[in-house]
Amino acid sequence: MATIKFILNGKKVTYVGNPGLRLLDVLRNEYHLTGVKEGCGEGECGACSVLLNHKIVNSCSVPLANVDGLEVITIEGFSETKRYSVIKDSFEQTGGVQCGFCTPGMIIASESLLNENPTPSDEEIKIGLSGNLCRCTGYQMIIEAIQKASKDGDGLW
Amino acid sequence: MVDQIIVKSLEEALMYLNEKPFLLLAGGTDLMIQNRAVSETPVDFKKDILYISNLSECKYVKFDNENVYIGSLTSLETLSHHEFVPQLLKDTIHEMASPGIRNVATIAGNIGNASPAGDSLVTLYLLDASVKVESLHQKRIIPIENFITGVRKTLLKDNELITEIIIPKKSFSFTSFVKVGGRKADAISKVSFAGAYTVENGIVTDFRIALGAIYQTVLRRKELEKEYTGLSVCTIRSKREEIISRYTPFIQPIDDQRSNKKYRLQVAKNMIGAFIDSMKLI
Repeated sequence: MATIKFILNGKKVTYVGNPGLRLLDVLRNEYHLTGVKEGCGEGECGACSVLLNHKIVNSCSVPLANVDGLEVITIEGFSETKRYSVIKDSFEQTGGVQCGFCTPGMIIASESLLNENPTPSDEEIKIGLSGNLCRCTGYQMIIEAIQKASKDGDGLW
Repeated sequence: MVDQIIVKSLEEALMYLNEKPFLLLAGGTDLMIQNRAVSETPVDFKKDILYISNLSECKYVKFDNENVYIGSLTSLETLSHHEFVPQLLKDTIHEMASPGIRNVATIAGNIGNASPAGDSLVTLYLLDASVKVESLHQKRIIPIENFITGVRKTLLKDNELITEIIIPKKSFSFTSFVKVGGRKADAISKVSFAGAYTVENGIVTDFRIALGAIYQTVLRRKELEKEYTGLSVCTIRSKREEIISRYTPFIQPIDDQRSNKKYRLQVAKNMIGAFIDSMKLI
């Protein structure tokens, strides 16, 4: 047992339990943040992506112990921001969402990328999304969505 | 049930290690997967765990006239953008994993894991890197080729922690890292290659080759490199087939789920050939 204190979607939380739990399981089962998806469970698909101190991580391979004292933002927390609205609209308008399972992770990856690099090239977008798999769109629409968000978000990033 | 302890300082970590052995967990990107249990259950660690990712004393990049010093818990992503980190190591990191993994994975994790397919190891061997390890009462600096002794085996003692990676400052005319894997990101290498050379007045004054995932540890043969140093670029290029055949006996890959012996051997030979073909007077 351990006591883990962290900031989750803007609120201070304290979790007392097994520090070896996957962050993914704690977010879904304890905090009911089910926008965080489990795809492969081994760090290859990116469906479980969240922001840890505003950088993308795979929550399936982060032990709860490692978020002690840090800030976690899931798609639920991020969806309350202006940046999210811009990314959401771009994904909708370019056809970047089909079945939707990868979408929370894709949006987290988009934010992590745009936060570091507000005007990425197509190549930089491909690198930024390289840990996120999508079996529907063929990626082109998602790349277009991020380019559109980068333009429409004028000054947000 | 195993003990799981989150430490906040290097001293605290070394004190725990002085008491009993622990499995050291930094970013966790390998250990969490290697030990994972059924979905929605805690990871099934077989040994006591020391969580060391919070040790801020081990997160830095420094340099002096001779070396670059990398704190062992610096994330791969930080290293990949850092101005003091050798370009070849940055090029290597860009080929590793994906942003989500690079943001937490550490270079010491890649070393401590000592996988034959660890990509950064190929480059660290090529750059003559050393590993600094510390226990409560002792510090040791060990060349990486001595530190890694076999598949997932190192000289790290139970009471020690890797605290720093030391890379000699050295400029080359050209360096190259090439990885062959099943996917552009997030792939574990079938074969990986690092090469470097320096040309002065038409003569090759430094010539280095290292290969990964084709033997139990990284393959680097300094005696062969020496033989081909001091020759002109044209001479080395004319000895392309000879050089490949000199390396061939040392390329001893295995069959596994990612690839097979025959393919790995051929790719390794092609990589050496392609590197020699790319050599020019500069």
